[in-house]
Amino acid sequence: MSTALSPTGRRADRVRERLFVALSAVSVAVPLLVLALLLGDVLRTGLGRVDWAFLTSYPSRHWERAGILPALVGTLLLNATAAAMTLPVGVAAAIWLEEYAEAAAGRGGRARRTAMGWLARLVEVNIANLAGVPSILYGLLGLGLFVRTLGMGRSLLAGACTLALLVLPVVVLASREALRTVPDSLREAAWALGATRWQLVRRVVLPLALPGILTGTILAVSRAVGETAPLVVIGALVYLTFLPTSLSSPFSALPIQIYNWTSRPQAGFQTNAAGAIVVLLATLLLLNAAAILVRARLQRRSRA
Amino acid sequence: MDPSNDKIRVEGLSAGFGDRRVLFDVSMALPARRVTAIIGPSGCGKSTFIRILNRMHELVRGAWASGEVHLDGVPIHGPGVDPVLLRRRVGMVFQKPNPFPHLSVRENVLAGLSLTGRRRRSEAEAVMERALAQAALWDEVRDRLDAPAGGLSGGQQQRLCIARALAVDPEVLLMDEPCSALDPIATARIEDLIHALCADYTIVIVTHSMQQAARVSHRTAFLLLGELVEHDDTDRLFTSPRDSRTEDYITGKFG
Amino acid sequence: MSPSGRAPGPFHGPATPPFERILEFGLVACGLLSILTTAGIVAVLAGETVAFFREVPVRAFLFDTQWTPLFADKHFGIWPLVAGTLLTTAIAVGIALPFGLLSAIFLAEFAPARVRSVVKPLLEVLAGIPTVVYGYFALVTLTPLLQRVVPGLSGFNALSAGLVMGVMIVPFISSLAEDALSAVPDALREGALALGAGRLPTVLRVVVPAARSGILAALLLAVARAIGETMIVAIAAGQQPILTLDPRSSVETMTAYIVQVSMGDVPAGTLEYRTIFAVGTLLFLMTLGFNTLGLRLARGAQRVG
Repeated sequence: MSTALSPTGRRADRVRERLFVALSAVSVAVPLLVLALLLGDVLRTGLGRVDWAFLTSYPSRHWERAGILPALVGTLLLNATAAAMTLPVGVAAAIWLEEYAEAAAGRGGRARRTAMGWLARLVEVNIANLAGVPSILYGLLGLGLFVRTLGMGRSLLAGACTLALLVLPVVVLASREALRTVPDSLREAAWALGATRWQLVRRVVLPLALPGILTGTILAVSRAVGETAPLVVIGALVYLTFLPTSLSSPFSALPIQIYNWTSRPQAGFQTNAAGAIVVLLATLLLLNAAAILVRARLQRRSRA
Repeated sequence: MDPSNDKIRVEGLSAGFGDRRVLFDVSMALPARRVTAIIGPSGCGKSTFIRILNRMHELVRGAWASGEVHLDGVPIHGPGVDPVLLRRRVGMVFQKPNPFPHLSVRENVLAGLSLTGRRRRSEAEAVMERALAQAALWDEVRDRLDAPAGGLSGGQQQRLCIARALAVDPEVLLMDEPCSALDPIATARIEDLIHALCADYTIVIVTHSMQQAARVSHRTAFLLLGELVEHDDTDRLFTSPRDSRTEDYITGKFG
Repeated sequence: MSPSGRAPGPFHGPATPPFERILEFGLVACGLLSILTTAGIVAVLAGETVAFFREVPVRAFLFDTQWTPLFADKHFGIWPLVAGTLLTTAIAVGIALPFGLLSAIFLAEFAPARVRSVVKPLLEVLAGIPTVVYGYFALVTLTPLLQRVVPGLSGFNALSAGLVMGVMIVPFISSLAEDALSAVPDALREGALALGAGRLPTVLRVVVPAARSGILAALLLAVARAIGETMIVAIAAGQQPILTLDPRSSVETMTAYIVQVSMGDVPAGTLEYRTIFAVGTLLFLMTLGFNTLGLRLARGAQRVG
């Protein structure tokens, strides 16, 4: 790594090295150029399509009159509900893995310790594997479990539950990372003051880990916002002429609307798709900005 | 109550982590309202020893201990003893100052009470002022009680940690090399403080500095490779050690 | 207080209020939810798949060469879907591996810190674009462009979908491979340099080989990712289960088939409905295999590195 150690070598070697570095730089540049091309293309086609009417209209057979209102509202409700479900569960699971199962509490003796440790290890491996399960299989889980077995039907709630399970592993992993950034010396300080484990977690560890947890969760949710396949399988609708009124309503979502419009042969609908993509990307941008803001703000409060 | 003047009695204490044994059959008595220093080369088991006294040792994965430790004649590993309550009577100060970075000076001092849900608004101010005064920090921070604790100097932070420990109203104060991260001036202030505090508290201090042990303690215990080599009045241990290994150590032949 | 016995010391417990014990059970329950998720996936897939194979012999599934469950003349040969999946995966990984690996070498070994700090977030943006957007790009932008260059390229084709999927996977491979390269101890680099080896030979003959299991892990995880990727192929590769390895042709992947059936309204309990679970089971087993191998290799690489 260190350039100071790099010998000058013969001329041919130097040329070869330069060529290789140039080639590898191109390898980074090409995907980024594709990204630029993609964004440029979408913006050129779609930006002009995004206006107030587009945001506030229902779908229509005529592309000029069609809008994304139910899809946009559906996406917001769906992901807010999913986040509300997954955040407490994910953080709780992370707290258990990091603060309870890892640190072997003296109370309860050795046998319970190993049983717990074994269980925690199983959960860890399982979460790593779940993070690699294709999202469409979560769709099949949602279809079989929430839609059919639990009788939720093709509802907003079924969609939110499915997305919640989908992002749960990411929330757990991000929360564990955040908990790990709290130095052990502060845990020891709390122990020495006679805190119980929960008092220590609640008053010392959680406040300090909160910025990281929230940032990680927002980023996880922003992944769910773009998810399409599981919602298709659950049965999100593409032609919804009313807004969802409750968690048991049928729903649409932006990615579903984009998929549907993209698949239409008429160019007009593909313009609509580009318009909806602009809105989707803007939503993601907002979420990421929020994540950065939350982190900066809470960090300022806790450090200073 | 126990007839003798011993606050803590340790009998046949062995301890370790997994297969590694770091303490071998240590027995000693720690007199009440006196300062006992634990000295010895690094890795001799000093830290493990005092971390057993408030049962912090067992928080480390794979840690074990056998033997008996009595506080006021009551075995601290006995059935029904809750280590959480024990730690409220046996406070601890660590090597590196570790104030809570998200709390103000005031909140740090009261952390022990608010953490454990025992904080009463009416008493809080009095408790805080007393603890800060005992830690000789009141005059320096009285104008910045609501400032974040991270803004204090290293020595002030360590005294803040002492105040935090005192606010819980313990009987014993364990200090694990409390000055090793501090400059000589800050060290001197902490040593003065230890002198003053031993009127009310039983203090156990781990130190790698023999000079410090000689300056602050009444009794000194010398640990070597996990064994208690010698335990005596500090004056006697440093002027006429009975064991040749102690003599070698205090004359600087090793360690 | 008994007159003879000593009063129990004031540190006799419990200090932990009962609600904390209940709370701890709650925390454990939340941890176990992830196991229930896995169990749920397995149960749902297995249940419907068993029902599927009660009607369709395993022989037909494995040896028939046509997949036409939605037609009157039903065939249940899985190979067209598997071939479509492997074709798009091969194109995607064929693109992503060299680009991702070279990017990783550039970022880990040659790029100045300033370039890294710009490029890495941009690669993350690339990874954060929803796949449906990539699908749109492949179908609406890339395919018309390619049709000018590649004769006989159909409107839906494996090539365009595979290429775009490859670009999507580059940051994934790049970041995993970069981790593997960074894990190689500097002592190894310095050792080679001290022997008079140039910087490039040091990287190619010493660092990359030392990181090979981590790089292989990245490859396996990327394959799992590509096999399970859905929207790009559903949009741009088509929905015709043709048994072919011609990248210009329209193909249907396993995931695209599940989408196709889901977009129609197939009633529960029918054989058509069950086909998507049978296909899902195969998809699950394939991705699980690659992921398990990849994760194991990655862990091994960490230990050595």
